[in-house]
Amino acid sequence: MKKSFPWFGMDIGGTLVKLVYFEPKDITAEEEQEEVENLKSIRRYLTSNTAYGKTGIRDVHLELKNLTMCGRTGNLHFIRFPTQAMHRFIQMGSDKNFSSLHTTLCATGGGAYKFENDFRTMADLELLKLDELDCLIHGLLYVDSVRFNGHPECFYLENPSDTQNSVKTPCSLADPFPMLLVNIGSGVSILAVYSKDDYKRVTGTSLGGGTFLGLCCLLTGCETFEEALDMASRGDSSNVDKLVRDIYGGDYERFSLQGSAVASSFGHMMSKQKRDSISKEDLARAMLVTITNNIGSIARMCAVNEKIERVVFVGNFLRINTVSTKLLAYAMDFWSKGQLKALFLEHEGYFGAVGAFLELLKSSEEP
Amino acid sequence: MSTSKMAAGCERVDSGHSMDKSITLPPDEIFRNLENAKRFAIDIGGSLTKLAYYSTVQHKVAKVRSFDHTAKETEGDPLYEISMQEEMSARLHFIKFENAYIETCLDFIKDHLVNTDTKVIKATGGGAHKFKDLIEKKLKLRVDKEDEMTCLIKGCNFVLRNITHEAFVYVKHADSEFRFQNTHPDIFPYLLINIGSGVSIFKVESEDTFERVGGSSIGGGTFWGLGALLTKTKRFDELLQLASKGQHTNVDMLVKDIYGGSYGSLGLTGDLIASSFGKSATPDKEFSKEDMAKSLLHMISNDIGQLACLYARLHNLTRVYFGGFFIRGHPVTMHTITYSINFFTKGEVQALFLRHEGYLGTIGAFLKGAEEDNPNQYSWGENYAGSSGLMSTSPDLNPMQRARSGTFDMLEMDRLERQLVNLPLLQDPSSYIPDTVDLSEDALAREYWLYCFEEALDGVVKRAVASQPDLPEAAERAEKFRHKYQHKLQTLRHQPFAYGSLTVRSLLDTREHCLNEFNFPDPYSKIKQGENDMALKYFQKAVKSLGELSWEQRQFALVRGLLAGNVFDWGAKAVSDVLESDPEFGFEHAKLQLEERPWLVDAYDQWLERLKGPPHKCALFFVDNSGIDIILGVFPFVRELICRGTEVVLASNSSPALNDVTNSELQILTERIAAMDLVIQSAVKEDRLTLVQSGSSSPCLDLSRLDKVLAGVVRERHVDLVIIEGMGRAIHTNYYAILSCESLKMAVIKNSWLADRLGGKLFSVVFKYEVPPGHKTTTLDHVPVTPS
Repeated sequence: MKKSFPWFGMDIGGTLVKLVYFEPKDITAEEEQEEVENLKSIRRYLTSNTAYGKTGIRDVHLELKNLTMCGRTGNLHFIRFPTQAMHRFIQMGSDKNFSSLHTTLCATGGGAYKFENDFRTMADLELLKLDELDCLIHGLLYVDSVRFNGHPECFYLENPSDTQNSVKTPCSLADPFPMLLVNIGSGVSILAVYSKDDYKRVTGTSLGGGTFLGLCCLLTGCETFEEALDMASRGDSSNVDKLVRDIYGGDYERFSLQGSAVASSFGHMMSKQKRDSISKEDLARAMLVTITNNIGSIARMCAVNEKIERVVFVGNFLRINTVSTKLLAYAMDFWSKGQLKALFLEHEGYFGAVGAFLELLKSSEEP
Repeated sequence: MSTSKMAAGCERVDSGHSMDKSITLPPDEIFRNLENAKRFAIDIGGSLTKLAYYSTVQHKVAKVRSFDHTAKETEGDPLYEISMQEEMSARLHFIKFENAYIETCLDFIKDHLVNTDTKVIKATGGGAHKFKDLIEKKLKLRVDKEDEMTCLIKGCNFVLRNITHEAFVYVKHADSEFRFQNTHPDIFPYLLINIGSGVSIFKVESEDTFERVGGSSIGGGTFWGLGALLTKTKRFDELLQLASKGQHTNVDMLVKDIYGGSYGSLGLTGDLIASSFGKSATPDKEFSKEDMAKSLLHMISNDIGQLACLYARLHNLTRVYFGGFFIRGHPVTMHTITYSINFFTKGEVQALFLRHEGYLGTIGAFLKGAEEDNPNQYSWGENYAGSSGLMSTSPDLNPMQRARSGTFDMLEMDRLERQLVNLPLLQDPSSYIPDTVDLSEDALAREYWLYCFEEALDGVVKRAVASQPDLPEAAERAEKFRHKYQHKLQTLRHQPFAYGSLTVRSLLDTREHCLNEFNFPDPYSKIKQGENDMALKYFQKAVKSLGELSWEQRQFALVRGLLAGNVFDWGAKAVSDVLESDPEFGFEHAKLQLEERPWLVDAYDQWLERLKGPPHKCALFFVDNSGIDIILGVFPFVRELICRGTEVVLASNSSPALNDVTNSELQILTERIAAMDLVIQSAVKEDRLTLVQSGSSSPCLDLSRLDKVLAGVVRERHVDLVIIEGMGRAIHTNYYAILSCESLKMAVIKNSWLADRLGGKLFSVVFKYEVPPGHKTTTLDHVPVTPS
């Protein structure tokens, strides 16, 4: 028996909900006639809009076209909205009588557990809860294998040591194992992945995307990730950070530290004078650099300890975030003297949702 | 005396508040021995200056000299004469004060510095360049800069090697927050994590081999800088104060905020922070300063802890020391770092902190300048009389009060005459703990012993004065001693952790240091002299009566004699009371006081069995008191061992402590006994009886700090029996010491409180005979004495 539509996969994180939706493009006239009204309206609502409510957004540029899955052909859509809007979303599911569609709602991420009861009581929906790290890995490997509309999903930065001129270069994950997978969401999880189903969580850090945004909001009064990144792109962190040369006048030769290296993040802010003279943009930039470098440093240490040379960075922190992408590529390369390679993926934060979606299809194949 | 308090150490870039700079320095207390000072070093941080210098201290020592006894002896002639001589010894002085006082201090030094040989002052620390001109102008010394990190590591090696209980583990909610660590005989390799404005991580492999293996820009400066931006609070201390009152869960996104509970499959608990400041990304909520400061503190401490663990794992190191202004004396940060390390290593690595962390830079800079004196070739010891000790870290104390209450903190270290090493016969030197009871963890015992030492103070003062009848100012000096020691006891009552773990040994040693400070090197010299004279007269009689006994009777009589002799001890209050009220209190009387068998701890039968077997190759005997103890107790016992064919090495104190017999006294006594007794005479002649110094000047015994020569003798002679006598050496210390050869620990409990604790009564006997497991001779059931 074929799995009935609609096909969704959902990843409910600490900050963002990621939703993938499969839009069948091979619907026959017969089917169209049989399609119940609310299923049709869901399909139309999702595919004819790129923004939903105040905060929901469809990442049109990420859409995967002409996928064939379980004998059906269609497009995979990528939608996100803040976790804060979760109750509104559930309410909508209730209003649209989603439960009458008898679909399985596959969900991963912490919210699958946190909101399970709300789905049940508010919308009469049962969630199929899935482990987020399983989903992340399965989704990542799947998207890499189907490629991004004919192009590679994966890329790295050529010439990472020169952050001004590093070039985004597509590549294939062809032989992906072992890899160190660094997932930067609100917090950070670092996994050593040896095969599709053999992995371990090496460590994690609470200094992640949530920290960047949270501190930026407190320091600059900004409200969104986009705003924070925009400010950061215009700021200069050396007004905020204390560099090696600020302490030693130049390089610290005794320990071969470059004068331009950051000695103390926000170190200049110990001085009132300096606090009074910096801009919000500088603060946002310093925040971004601090968080990014710290993740890079921990990832690098893990890679060395686990003896893995390929470091794959994913997660929504990297969305539209070229500053961090370049910094991570640079950090991996520079501190390992070229031993480590940083890889990135186009669908950054959606792999968990894709993984959940794949589980839905898998469950339909079983008798 | 309000001078010897540590200032709350925080480095300031901009001076947060002004301070009264026109202070009057009490010279007796602070820049001591300046007139002989040479080799200066200075470490100027953001807010504190640390000064170091070397000086020679002139002090009195008691010397004994044998009279010429070849001439016909007359009744009543003393055995030897005691004279006071002046000796010079080397001392290192380290003083820490607020940068605000730097000019006043330099002026003071200039005025008091007599020595003109010194041309250079070694300098390190971020502030060194700022004050360079001032120092050169005031002191007329050339400022010679040394690398900060190199100094730090040199200093760290020095304190780890020379100061007992330097390192500690911090336990916030325990009775004693500080768990002092045993010094491992090999201090290398270790990881040193310096948390200044940024973080530097060093791997130290030997005295001269170290490298900076990594670091992080998220450090103390990040906490301070971001904290100042978030809370508008300028001072580092105040930020910590805010943090200690905050709730981070209002600001941080926890695992349970995302999952609704824990993330069971990964073993992540619900309270774990998933995203620092993850809840603050909202425009419509206000967050309290306290909560933000707390969240920031957690974020930074966890991050540093995680990095430290990654480096520890990469380099396969388990000893990780933390320092830098972020840590310095701040219980809040020591706690969060400790927590983080425990979390990330699952308890495999412990965060270690140092008592003298703030001094490392200046110690290192000083050592750099003193290389030609080879300071690392000597053993050094912390002088408890001249050092301030670790201050209270009570978080209730307002940071402003903390900063102002204490201005000057001091550390003094004496160069020891002997190089000190482990007893080669310790089963496991790295786990050896000399002291039986840690008074810092045992409040009842602490209270008792502090009271006991206070009570005994009058008597000590009296004897100190009596020991120097020719010096009229002795009484005044003795009062100064009283004042100082009383103050130390007061300090220890409130801060039992001031000099590491508080123990009966450290209380005794502190008293010896204070006595020496005021030139009372040997208050018991006259008493010892009298007792030795008296006991010698009975020696031959005692040996003769022992000779009349059967072998088995004699063995028992020898042990009883040794124990009875040990009752004569001025160090024990119960006995000194009797001795003072009844000088006729005799040897026989002492024997009557002894507990009848079975003793409190009684391995006599096993010992007797052992004696029926082959003789020991060589016995090392740590002796205790002068007079009856050594002459009528120890010597007959030793004589019997010699007759059995066992060589004997008598180890006695290098310098005086209470009425314990010193090495120089013992030499005279041995000569005198040899003159009366052929067995002893030939043993001395044939080197079967040897005298060595222990290297100690304490009534207790630390087997990990013994004279290097002694250790050599132990190896050469293949010592297979160690005998430790007396309460100080066998009960207060070494009761649980495990040796790799047979050992005998004997003492009479001359303190009713201690007797009570051990389940016995006054004058109960401990006779502990131990054979290491797997040893050829029969193994025994030991009677454990566990202080309840």
